[in-house]
Amino acid sequence: MKWLLSVLSLLLMAGHAYAIDSQPSFPDPTLQARYETLTHELRCLVCQDETVADSNADLAADFRRQIHDMVAAGKTDAEIKAYMVGRYGNFVLYKPPVQPNTALLWAGPFLLLLIAIGIVFLVVRRRASQPEEGAES
Amino acid sequence: MNIRNSMPFIIPGLVLLFLIGLFARGLFLDPTKVQSPLIGKTVPTFSLPGLYDPTKKLDQNLLTGQVSLFNVWGAWCVACQDEHPVLVAFAKTKLLPIYGLDYHDDRQAALAMLDKGGDPYTAIFDDASGDVAIDWGVYGAPETFLVDKHGVIRDKLIGPVTQGILDTQLIPEIRKLQAEAP
Repeated sequence: MKWLLSVLSLLLMAGHAYAIDSQPSFPDPTLQARYETLTHELRCLVCQDETVADSNADLAADFRRQIHDMVAAGKTDAEIKAYMVGRYGNFVLYKPPVQPNTALLWAGPFLLLLIAIGIVFLVVRRRASQPEEGAES
Repeated sequence: MNIRNSMPFIIPGLVLLFLIGLFARGLFLDPTKVQSPLIGKTVPTFSLPGLYDPTKKLDQNLLTGQVSLFNVWGAWCVACQDEHPVLVAFAKTKLLPIYGLDYHDDRQAALAMLDKGGDPYTAIFDDASGDVAIDWGVYGAPETFLVDKHGVIRDKLIGPVTQGILDTQLIPEIRKLQAEAP
């Protein structure tokens, strides 16, 4: 039981591990929320699939500082994302934008679902029109 | 089992093979090798202290007027240390000016590296905070940008410049840009 207690107490302290930057949080909670959302939507490009918010890399810290300053300067979310995409390409976004070359990516799952429904429909209809297996013999 | 009866197995099998092929290709694509969106754009506007003389501000105007290279480096970066002698030797050919962006670096360490290995740069910007590097879409060091006479970024190399890259890729590109109308 003792080990469980120590694991739990370590987990209690895990929140403090988030404080990796020196810049203060925003006094305005809406600005802070926007900052948090933006840093979770942008990719730390030098890390293996980590967001800018989660990474300890220097580049991610620079990104956080830039995003922090831009939010403070009154830039909109769209402007901040456009700034990053203009320099690093769409790869910097975790959620790819809907545009002609990503249309298949976005529509693909729904197309597959339609195809699957179509196949099920055909199979069911064919089975229904066939005589019962047992009746043949 | 005849063909008709085996169709329900063949078609999903083919679809599965196609998907495996697609995912295997995706697995081996390196998304960081995607061309920089800055290619074809004018160099960003910036102003930074010079590495040798921090009181002297240098800006993007240095990068117009003639074809030049813009090399992002740091004394902390091992690949840059490998690249350094190649750049020093290339600078001696005086084919074009090489500008340096000392990225996220300790100034003394950078000066020591140049003192020891030689200085291939026409001028060096000191980007201690890394803010200007973000404007250039820099991921890490070394990165090298080829800038034309009008200050437009024409190509970008990620990773160290080698003699092979110079001979087969960069030098031919440079000569082509230099032959363009001013």
